Amino acid sequence: MQFRAATRIFVRELRGGIRGFRVFVACLALGVASVAVVGTVRSSVEEGLSREGSSILGGDAEIEFSYRRADDAELGWMRSTATRMSEVIDFRSMAATEAGTETIRSLTQVKAVDDAYPLYGEVVLDPNLPLADALAPEDGVPGAVMQPSLANRLQLATGDEFSLGTQPFRLTALLEREPDSIASGPLPGPKTIVRSEDLAGSGLLGPGSLFTSKYRLLLDDPVDLELIGNEAKSLFADRGLQWRDRRDGSPGIRVFVERVGAFLVLVGLAGITVGGIGVSTSVRVLLEQKTATIATLKTLGARGNTILAAYLMLVGFMILVGVLLGTIIGAALPLAFSSVIAEFAPVPIAIAVYPFPLLEASTYGVLAGLAFSLWSLAGTREVNAASLFRGGVGGVRRLPSPAFAAAVLALAAALIAAASLFTGAVRLTAWTAAGICGSLLILSLAAIGLRTLLGWLARTRLMRGNALLRIASGSIGGPNSDAVPVVLSLGLGLTVLASIGQVSVNVNNSISNDLPDVAPSFFAVDIQGDQLQRFVDLTEGHSDVTDVETAPMLRGVITQINGRPAEEVAGNHWVLRGDRGVTYSDLPPEGTEITEGAWWPEDYSGAPLISFAEEEGEELGLGLGDELTVNILGRDITASIASFRVVDFSTAGIGFVMAMNPTALAGAPHTHIATVHSTEAAETELHRLIGREMPNVTLISVKEGIARFAELLGKLVAAVTYGSGITLATGFMVLIGTAAASERLRTYDSAVLKTLGAVRSWILSYLALRFAMLGAAAGSFAILAGGVVGWAVVTRLMQFDFAFDAVSAISIVVAGSLISLAAGLLFALGPLGASPSRILRARD
Amino acid sequence: MPDTAILLEKTCLTLDGNAGPVNVLKDISLEVPKGESVGMTGPSGSGKTSLLMLLGGLERATSGGLNVLGNDLTSMNEDQLASFRMRHVGIVFQSFHLIPTMTALENVATPLELSGHRNAFEQAESELESVGLADRINHYPSQLSGGEQQRVAIARASATEPDILLADEPTGNLDAENGEMVMDLLLGLSGRHNAALVLVTHAENLAERCNRRISLHDGRIG
Repeated sequence: MQFRAATRIFVRELRGGIRGFRVFVACLALGVASVAVVGTVRSSVEEGLSREGSSILGGDAEIEFSYRRADDAELGWMRSTATRMSEVIDFRSMAATEAGTETIRSLTQVKAVDDAYPLYGEVVLDPNLPLADALAPEDGVPGAVMQPSLANRLQLATGDEFSLGTQPFRLTALLEREPDSIASGPLPGPKTIVRSEDLAGSGLLGPGSLFTSKYRLLLDDPVDLELIGNEAKSLFADRGLQWRDRRDGSPGIRVFVERVGAFLVLVGLAGITVGGIGVSTSVRVLLEQKTATIATLKTLGARGNTILAAYLMLVGFMILVGVLLGTIIGAALPLAFSSVIAEFAPVPIAIAVYPFPLLEASTYGVLAGLAFSLWSLAGTREVNAASLFRGGVGGVRRLPSPAFAAAVLALAAALIAAASLFTGAVRLTAWTAAGICGSLLILSLAAIGLRTLLGWLARTRLMRGNALLRIASGSIGGPNSDAVPVVLSLGLGLTVLASIGQVSVNVNNSISNDLPDVAPSFFAVDIQGDQLQRFVDLTEGHSDVTDVETAPMLRGVITQINGRPAEEVAGNHWVLRGDRGVTYSDLPPEGTEITEGAWWPEDYSGAPLISFAEEEGEELGLGLGDELTVNILGRDITASIASFRVVDFSTAGIGFVMAMNPTALAGAPHTHIATVHSTEAAETELHRLIGREMPNVTLISVKEGIARFAELLGKLVAAVTYGSGITLATGFMVLIGTAAASERLRTYDSAVLKTLGAVRSWILSYLALRFAMLGAAAGSFAILAGGVVGWAVVTRLMQFDFAFDAVSAISIVVAGSLISLAAGLLFALGPLGASPSRILRARD
Repeated sequence: MPDTAILLEKTCLTLDGNAGPVNVLKDISLEVPKGESVGMTGPSGSGKTSLLMLLGGLERATSGGLNVLGNDLTSMNEDQLASFRMRHVGIVFQSFHLIPTMTALENVATPLELSGHRNAFEQAESELESVGLADRINHYPSQLSGGEQQRVAIARASATEPDILLADEPTGNLDAENGEMVMDLLLGLSGRHNAALVLVTHAENLAERCNRRISLHDGRIG
């Protein structure tokens, strides 16, 4: 290859200016910047969580037990290891207060603390009191603090009394901030803080009650956390202990941030793909404009590879410029807005320049830039000089040669591999890549179909008599049509939005409309054995109650499968993460569908047996006869799987992954859970009755839970929609590029039409109709592609019913038309104002 | 309708050039009756095409009178000029200037559609037949030869039966045989519709086929 010649051509082309590359650079920079911003914010949160690990965790390390407090041996080890220790007990309960003759009750997350709390940071109260003073008893009534939302709901002012279970408390202050709130994650109710010792007479922490105890440890610094953690785990391996330390103070939040970050990066990848279409279009337009230069160079003896190398250098240089610009913007934006982000972020955030996300974004940018450029660049080598001259502007495009197609595919595969590697979400990346590729395929075929259809329609009698529609259709369907890049770039952005629209509407419908029809009205937990009959009598005796279901409730952690650590055997399945509900029954509960094996005989008293949820069992790779070791209240129970049964979690009813024979759990202290189906009025009445008679029983309204979930879902959808906005913005940029590239052609068309007698308003109508048609087509195809993606996510991934939502679909078509119209009309002024004589004479 | 198709009185055209204003046409006075053909010759840069553009309302006279078919073109705005062209003027260019995204038939039908002609496509088909392109009506310009493209352009210019036909070097990009054919068509159309024809050409033999010859030198009729 004539490398030096290629370099000289590259330098001369560069010297000629880079005006033609403005859209190219902008598209690439926008895509890279969006990924870099998301990555930088993600790294900033991770760093913030890591730096503030001790404060978030509430200690250097934490040991957690479910449904029991530490025993003497465990406490002894903790005291000997830590310089200071604090015990925190978390559980749900009902806070109640009298308002005249009425009793107001509300679900609350109770945090019972000792005098040592908090080991790190401080609790901020309103009025500004030390926590110890706020919780101290006055006139025999212990103090309590609660979040303002709960105080409002209970109509409490500071100084008023309320009760938890049978224990009265006085609200002494409102809880503004607690240092360890983040580690708790999203909770089912607002928080109340009391002293543990004051709960002794509340009846809330009885045997089998659902609570967790956390022991925060202050350790000598520096200490080897790994070593101490391993020691704790080995000493108390079979006691259901969970260890966390300041290195990863809030794994839940970290994982959530990682996942949302990965998802947003993948949405950013869709943006980079749209930018890639802009890159490809820019390169194609550039090469069309350079046709004469290339043809001349070829007639002077330049080889195809030399020209290809020269333009590859030029495009490579521009990729570097775009990527560098995007990286700088991506690093600078979070820094510029650091104070705003820090103020609104619900977690500690350490905004700085992090190399990893910038490397990630740059890698995507370079790979996507090369893949999309090569597709267009391939043409320079394939076409000979004569055909270049003859083809002029808009010569027939050819598909790249097999070698180029293979190179493009290899670059695309490298992009997907890089995304899998960087995000760590291989499956999600694969699904996203499949979604993007599938959407691109649908949109490409649709664009080609649209072009063919409109070209054909413009020539049929159907459109005769409507010059505006015929000429606009002919312009889209004829030679030099920009239908493909417009439909691809705008369509992909709109597809992402259409998918989100269909998914959110369907999930919302299922949660808010369908679920309440099948779900119980409320749950009751922590029903003591001696309260069960009265509970059933109270609820079943009410005329508006249609169904009451109860079951014994224990919680257990699956620690081993067939004698080996469970996670080693079955991976990080949700059933193995933390504790799961366990029940027992002599007979299969009514309606149980056994899919494999058999339920144990009535009064069976042999070795422990277990009936496992069918779907989850299959996912874990379990079979009949497999042995599971389940740690329940610190005691290991090893049971064989006797049967698999269908468990339907989608109706929000009682669904236990594990059911055991009663003697296997004999003696284990436990409570009961109940679900009640009733009318709304009956629910209020039953809450009052049960609250009065059984103050220890916690009632959880499904309606409120659904409302909270819908609110959370709304926030998540909003975040993803904003994230996907960047895809649409890049699409708009590509449209502007396409409109700018075709401005010369539209100006010429307008000049000829003016010569034939068309007035400016007619020409404006023609241009507007043309761009609106393209936008509407892109929107319609996006609905199709988005509908398919939405259907797949809703029915296959989420397993909800899918119903096509027309409202969001129509808004997508309208948005598509308006965006295309806006981009097109930005470039309508040139054609409208141009003097036809100058335009036409310049072509003579 | 007056018998005079074109009347220019001391008409001047000044355009902005890179080195300042350029007086392209200087005190042009010319009268062309309906049905007359005028061959206009002159060296490159003498202002022939500019004069043609002026007559078609594609350029605005800087001073002097410009009356076409009894209408004062100097008082019309851009849209009024466009409407005037649609009703009365047909223009044929050296480079044809067909719309590349339209077939031959669509190109010819467009001015008819713009003027609200009911049977635009039937009329366009008939015009194409009259220039010998009945079998090429669904071809795009890029699929036609130069001679064929110019015949489409002539069919388009004559489709609305204009009172004035303006042709700017219509044979400039064609070989002799096609050039003669195009001239035959233009003169035939002019005669058939009693249209005034102003033909700009470098070819003396083509200019001589017109009723009258004028020559332009440095922006003046001389």
